[in-house]
Formats: sequence, C-alpha cells, structure tokens
Amino acid sequence: MRLSRFLKGATAAAAVVALSAGFAAGEAAAQIKIGSVLSITGPASFLGDPEDKTLRMYVDKINAAGGVNGEQLELVVYDSEGDANKARTLATRLIEDDGIVAMVGGSTTGTTMAMVPLFEEAEIPFISLAGGIVIVEPVKPFVFKTPHTDRMACEKIFEDLQARGLSKVGLISGTGGFGKSMRGQCIDVADDYGIEIVADETYGPRDTDMTPQLTNIRNAEGLQAVLNAGFGQGPAIVTKNFAQLGIEVPLYQSHGVASKSFIELAGAAAEGVRLPAAALLVADQLADDDPQKQVVVDYKTAFEAEWNQPVSTFGGHAYDGLMILVEAIERAGNADPVAIRDAIEQTSGFMGTAGEVNMSAEDHMGLDLTAFRMLEIQNGDWTIVE
Amino acid sequence: MPAWLMQPRTGGLLLLAAIMVLVYLAAPNNFYLDVAIQIGLNAIVVVGLNLLIGYAGQISLGHAGFFGLGAYASAVLPAHFGVPPLAAPVVGMLSVGLLAFLVARPILRLKGHYLAMATLGLGILVFMLLTNESQLTGGPDGMAVERLRIFGERISGKDWWYLITAAMLLLSVWLTLNLIDSPTGRALRALHDSQIAAQVAGVDVARFKVIAFVYSAMLASLAGSMSALYSGFVTPDKAGFIHSIELVIMVVLGGMGSTFGGILGAAVLTSLPQFLTVFAEYEHMILGAILMAVMIFLRRGILPSTLDLLARRRTG
Amino acid sequence: METFLQFLFGGLTVGAVYAMVALGFTIIYNASDVINFAQGEFVMLGGMCTVFFSLWGLPLPLAAVAAVIAASLVGVALNKLAIEPARGANVVTLIIITIGASIFLRGLAQVVFDKQFHRLPSFSGDQPIDVLGATLTPQSLWVMGGAAVIVVVLWYFFTRTTFGKSILATSHNRLAARLVGINVEVVLLASFALSAAIGALAGILVTPITLTSFDAGTMLALKGFAAAILGGMGNPLGAVVGGLLVGIAEAMGAGYLSSEYKDAVAFLIILCVLFVMPSGLFGRRGTERV
Repeated sequence: MRLSRFLKGATAAAAVVALSAGFAAGEAAAQIKIGSVLSITGPASFLGDPEDKTLRMYVDKINAAGGVNGEQLELVVYDSEGDANKARTLATRLIEDDGIVAMVGGSTTGTTMAMVPLFEEAEIPFISLAGGIVIVEPVKPFVFKTPHTDRMACEKIFEDLQARGLSKVGLISGTGGFGKSMRGQCIDVADDYGIEIVADETYGPRDTDMTPQLTNIRNAEGLQAVLNAGFGQGPAIVTKNFAQLGIEVPLYQSHGVASKSFIELAGAAAEGVRLPAAALLVADQLADDDPQKQVVVDYKTAFEAEWNQPVSTFGGHAYDGLMILVEAIERAGNADPVAIRDAIEQTSGFMGTAGEVNMSAEDHMGLDLTAFRMLEIQNGDWTIVE
Repeated sequence: MPAWLMQPRTGGLLLLAAIMVLVYLAAPNNFYLDVAIQIGLNAIVVVGLNLLIGYAGQISLGHAGFFGLGAYASAVLPAHFGVPPLAAPVVGMLSVGLLAFLVARPILRLKGHYLAMATLGLGILVFMLLTNESQLTGGPDGMAVERLRIFGERISGKDWWYLITAAMLLLSVWLTLNLIDSPTGRALRALHDSQIAAQVAGVDVARFKVIAFVYSAMLASLAGSMSALYSGFVTPDKAGFIHSIELVIMVVLGGMGSTFGGILGAAVLTSLPQFLTVFAEYEHMILGAILMAVMIFLRRGILPSTLDLLARRRTG
Repeated sequence: METFLQFLFGGLTVGAVYAMVALGFTIIYNASDVINFAQGEFVMLGGMCTVFFSLWGLPLPLAAVAAVIAASLVGVALNKLAIEPARGANVVTLIIITIGASIFLRGLAQVVFDKQFHRLPSFSGDQPIDVLGATLTPQSLWVMGGAAVIVVVLWYFFTRTTFGKSILATSHNRLAARLVGINVEVVLLASFALSAAIGALAGILVTPITLTSFDAGTMLALKGFAAAILGGMGNPLGAVVGGLLVGIAEAMGAGYLSSEYKDAVAFLIILCVLFVMPSGLFGRRGTERV
C-alpha cells in the first residue's frame, strides 16, 4: 500500500505540474477561492439563475473595490441542474480539485443535503441558500443557511390566519422537495396555532391542471382558507385554477413564489393572494426608518440595473450568503476554512435582504419571524399587510 | 504470447484491469477518483443492460428503477429494519431479482416500443413509490445512508471505494462474458437476430430473455446499493426515467452487444458533463450535438464502429 | 355529478394536449419508423417562440403563425441533418439520435430565449363558463376544439388527398411506394414538418393554461409516447383515444384516488392494457419476417 501511495503521489505530482504549467503563468498572486453549486438550469432554475447572477455581480464589485483583506476573490460556479447526485460530484470537484476555502450555494434542500456530508468531512464552511429546516436542525458544525425555513413560513401564515379568525385550512402542495417538506412542517405546527387541516392534496412538479385536487378541497367541510406549498409554475397554475373554480376563501402561497414572475404568470387570478416573504420584494414601500431599507434598496437597484430583470428574494439569499462569508473572512483575518467557520458562527447584527442575522453555536441561520413580512397582491403588485 | 491471453475475454479483462490501475495512479486528486467510481458504478449496470439490449434484443427504459430499489435497500433496510449495512445490498439484490422474475414473463411478451413503454412505466412506478412514501424513504429530498463498516472500520474513503468498484466491475464483466460464451449466450445472440428463427431452432426464447432480464436487474440493484453506500445519500432521482434513458444511451453509445463498448459508453457519458462545464450555458447544446454526431457517424457505437474502421484501414 | 364533470373537464383538456403530442409521434413513426423523442420540444417551441416573437414586436396571431413555421423548419432540419444521414441505422440508435436532438433543442431554447416560465394571454378571456355546476375556461374549449379540428383535417388529408395517401402508402411499404413513383424523401420531410406543426400548435393553444418554459417538452413527450402506445403505435385514432384516456385517468386518479399517485394510475392502466393487448388498443398485430 505504501508503495502504491508513493507511486500515486509521484504520478499525480507529475500530472499536476504538466497540466498546470500553462495556467499558472497568468494567475494572480493571492486569491481567495470560493465555490458554488447552484441549480442554474432544470426545474429549480428560477432559484439558481438569480443566485448565480448575484454572486458573479457582487464578487466583481468586491474585487473592484480591492477585494477581501487585500486579496482578490475567485468564484467557481457549477450547475447541478437541480440533481442531487450531480451536485454531490460537483461539490467533490470544488473541494478536491478547485481547492475552495468556502462555499455559498445549494439552491434546493435536496441538493444541499446531498452535499452536506462532503463539507462536514472536508471541514469547509458551506452557506446554503435553501429553505428546508433539516439543513440547520440539528446543527452541523460547518453548515449554515440564509433563507427563512419552511417552518417559519407556515408559522407566519398561521399567525395571519389567526388574526383573521380563520382555522379550517385546505392544504395543497407540490410533490417536489420544497412542497413536501413545507407540507410536513405546516402539519407539524398547525396544532400550535389551533389550525385544522381539512383537506390535504398534492400535485406533481410538472402538472398542468390542478382542478381535480382543488375541487376536492372546495368540497371539504367548513373550508375557510387554502394554503399552497410549492414553487415553480405549479403555484401559478393553482392560483388560476382556484379562480376558475370560483373558490371564495382566501388563498395563501408560500415564500417559494416570492418573485415578480409569479404575479405575471398568474395574472388577474393573483389578486388578493397572500404570502410571507422577505422585505426585499417591497423595498420601496418600507418606512424610511426601517433598518432593512438601505440594504434591500441598494441590492434591488444594483441587481435590476445590471441584469434588467426584477429582483427575487432568491438572489437576495445569495447576496446574504456572500456578504456573511466576506465579513467572516475579514473578521477571521485569513482564509483558513476553520477560522472562517468560526467567524461565520459569530455573525451578529448582520443586516441582509432576509432580515437581521444573529448566529450562534445553536443557531446556524440566525433569523426570526419578524424578518418575514406578510404580503398581499393588489393591482398586480406586492403590498404589506399591516 | 500464449493464446489464451489473446482471447477477447481474458485479453479484454486484463486490459480493463490495467486501465483501472493506470487511472488510479494518474488521478491527480480525489475528484478524479470520484468520477472514476461513478463511471464504474454506471458501467456495472451497463454491462448487464447490454446483455439484455445487445444480446437478447430487449429494450428496457426502466433499469434505473432497479438501480433505485438497490440504492434504497441500502438506505432503508439498515435505518428502519435493523438489517446490517453489509447485508442490505444482498437482500436488495435478491428482492430485485425476485421482482424482475415475477414481472419478466408478462413484460417480455411485449415487443419493441411496447416493451419500452412497459419497462418505462415500471420504472416510473418505482420512482413514485420512492418519492411518495416519505416515512420510509425521506421523500423527494432523499435520505442519508449509514456508512459501511467492515471489521469495525468505516469504509468511506475514495481509495477503498475505487478498489471495491473496480473489483465488482471486473467480476461482473467476467460473469457476463462467461454468460455470453455459454450455450445460453449463443442462444441469446440468436434471439437478437430473429426470435422466430431461434424458436424454430429449438431455443427456449422466453427462458433466456427472462434470464437476461433478471440478471441485468440484479446488477443494476447491486450498483445502486454500492452507489448509496459510497455517497452516503440517496435521492429518488437515481430511480427516475432520465437515469434510465442515460443508461440506455451508454449502452448504445458505446456499442450494443459489445460488453467493453458499453463500459466505454459509460465512461464517456459520465465524464462528458465534467468536461463540458467550461461551456456553461452552452453545455446542453454541445452534449446533444455530440450525442447526435456520434450516433450518426459511429452508428454501431463508439467501440465496434472504431474497430471496424481500423480493421478496414488495415486491410484496405 | 358536478364533481365528476369537473374532473372530466380537467382530464379532457390535458388529454387533448397528450392526444396532439401522440399524433405527432404517430405521423413520424408511420413515415419513418422513428420514435421521435424530440416531439415534446416541438410543443415547447410553439409556446416559447410565440411568447418571444410577440415580445420582439410581432402581433400575437402573427407570432403564432411564425412559431408554427419556425417549429416546422426545425422539424425539417431534424430530418435532413440527423435522421436522413443515419438511414439504415438500428431503431434504438435512431431513438438515441432523437434524444440527442431533444437535449440540443432544450439547450438551444435556454440560450436563445431564457430559463424563466412564460405565459400567453387567453385567446378569449378568463371568464369561466358554467356547465351543469362545473366550470370550464374558454381556453380549455380552444384546446379541445383545436385538437378536434386537427383530427378532422388530418383525416381529410390522409384519406382524401393524393399527397396524404402517398404518405400512408409509404408508411405501409416504402419500397413499393417508391416503385409506384412516390418521392419518399419529400414524404419524409412533409411528415416531420407536419408533426412539428401539430406539436407547435398544441404548444400555442395550451400555453395560456399550463405556462411554458425551455424544458416543458420532456414530460409532454413522455405522456404523449404513453398515449400513442396505449392506443397502438402508428394508429392515429389510437393516438387520440390514448391521449384522452391518459388525461382522464390522471384527472380521475387525482380526484377520486390519490393525487400523489395519479400518474401511477395512468401508467398502471397502460401496463394492464398491454398485458391483455400487447399491441395497444388499436394496434396492428404484427407478424415477424424471418
């Protein structure tokens, strides 16, 4: 075994020298290499696409302004196509081949969870951009996340239902990872808010007609509200089918549809739909003394100017992740993965697009419910529900 | 050189083993080993599938379903039923073999596109079970897999898995080549040419088709189990029809009816996306174009067509 | 009753789309023995091209016509550049080529257009129509009506026009068709163009209901293939019946059984049918030549 190791090492060294001779010449002196695996194409591309754009744009901005601790950032992005197995291979590539010191990525809970063991074993910090609560509960030393959890979305919606005096909810959810996870969380916390689930239906990620499911929900005894957990085109179709069937109770969507394209896709049927979302969507409507105003307006302006498309909260998660990482590297003073991890865990008072982040050894997300706003769609735009 | 070395069976196996050693020595880091392991796992499935498609002439668009069942056997049996991780792949393989045996007769009565549809449907049913029974399977986001322990030592390193995968691949190739060379195999080849002709010649066509189907399903299950134990995580994607189609592409790309060709197909299709990442958004266009071009110009598959070309050049 | 009717309407709308995709499979299969797995991409191209042509300034009806023409050209190109050069290759090899084409077209759409979901406005408003207590959108009527018109036109084309008959003749026996003076190359081109046009039309009709994106074709190809097989590959009537049956099975499965397993219901039905009728509902019983 020892001989083979030696042989292997020697051959590998030769190969690396031969291969990298050409590249090495042009490379800058000091660089901090960070990586990202995102669902840039595939069914979750609406998450990965703005995340990718945000990361690239801000890494350029940071480098133009002199980098981090005087060193330039180098960003390596790979596309997982939303496939957990591809994500895993690409994460291996980032860790083993590219030699990154930290990762901001993982658009979906499924891809994130497939990559988590690799980062734990390699002891490299991983800031996930996905929603599932399983990512940070139980806490894993090297894994963090920036978006609100699906459980918090359920709680926010149920709070709003309580305030409106409604308790009998029909649940419809996508069978994809996001919908399935949020469905479970909502059923889990329903009792705490005195909510009764009177119907429980699902639809596939590529389904094009949800009238049968919604018909069953409409027929449920005493229905007072409908809650849809899902992302992609599904919720837009649910909203249109909901209007077609003339169901007259309030419809709640999840934070998974928090982008302008949902309103465009669902059209007039989206009027009156409520959903919990980060303040980013209503940046212009925030009070001037709102502590989040500055951050979200700046991000929104920069993103929309650069890419000529409306912001979504998903790109915002990437912004938060990158900034938390950059601040941590600055505080750590060096780019040692373990030092960065420790610094990320000490993040406190960080104001991001999702809200104020206060991490600790027990909380690797650091957000609370106040960061979530309940929005209602009126006249084709978001408004804050007071 | 002794004659037995020049036989395709032994010579090919030795060449394959030599390539495996070379790849291990030349891999600059663990990422390359990771890709090599994935190639090996896919190749194990492809070797079996090639027997079914290339020799028995029976298409299957559902083998990812068997792969998925094997993978989930490694994940679910230890987690929920207390089966030791080392035994789970065996239990999985036997159950998948039984399942394949039970459905083989009615399904293999179908021909051509109808057979493709039936196997596709079977694979999708498996995929839906794995996705929807989330109490057991963790649902669409998948579940973690308990690491394999041999004599108390945790097997999670890439070196170990490279060794295991390489050994299993060699073993399955050897088994398959022996099957092909047996009377059964000759019958299978006759089958591909014409079922009726084979039947007339007194070959029990149905029986051989069933053997090929069950055998390939069990290899798929084994590879699935290994894949789950290796990566420590399973998701239903691996049982999905896209993966089924990828597996068939590997067979056809490398060469239907050529066991080593199939392995080459697995290597090309598994590693190609890693090369294409530099093209970013053009990746899929290029992948599609390559696929079309190879199939048009090397229509019998990369290995058989290239060998043909070489032979022709030598004689002409 | 009104619940049943509501399920039925949903199933028929979706089924009409599957039927159009299945028809596309059938036409190309009859002319060339190729199962064209890029059929779903034609549907995607219909929807996406219309969306983007109108974004680029064409009025909607013109954009729709242009989209159908664009998809037909893609169909012709597919035949010329990928299927014809591989003439004589194994059937499975040809299928892999069409899968390659479908990956290529998805990649192309993602670069030329984008990765977002898009919609088209409904052709005649969104005011639901009440039928015996169940509701139906005007766009559903467009989809079902469109499918019906396509079926009638195709029937007329294949049974009453010389060119249509020559396509049918080619599908039965290519050599014989060539001997009686039919230009087989032209027949092949026409089949690909026609099949792509039908797919594109389906895409345009259904986008106001289902939305579209660069990867909308994969699932439709799968369901359309299932529908064509259920009906019996190569039989146009079978394709239509198969499509409607799959759509209705899904809707009834979702409504009465379990929405999680609604697709499983459709596939189980197909499996059961195939076990009893190995060539589908209306398939030709083939005899093998030795």
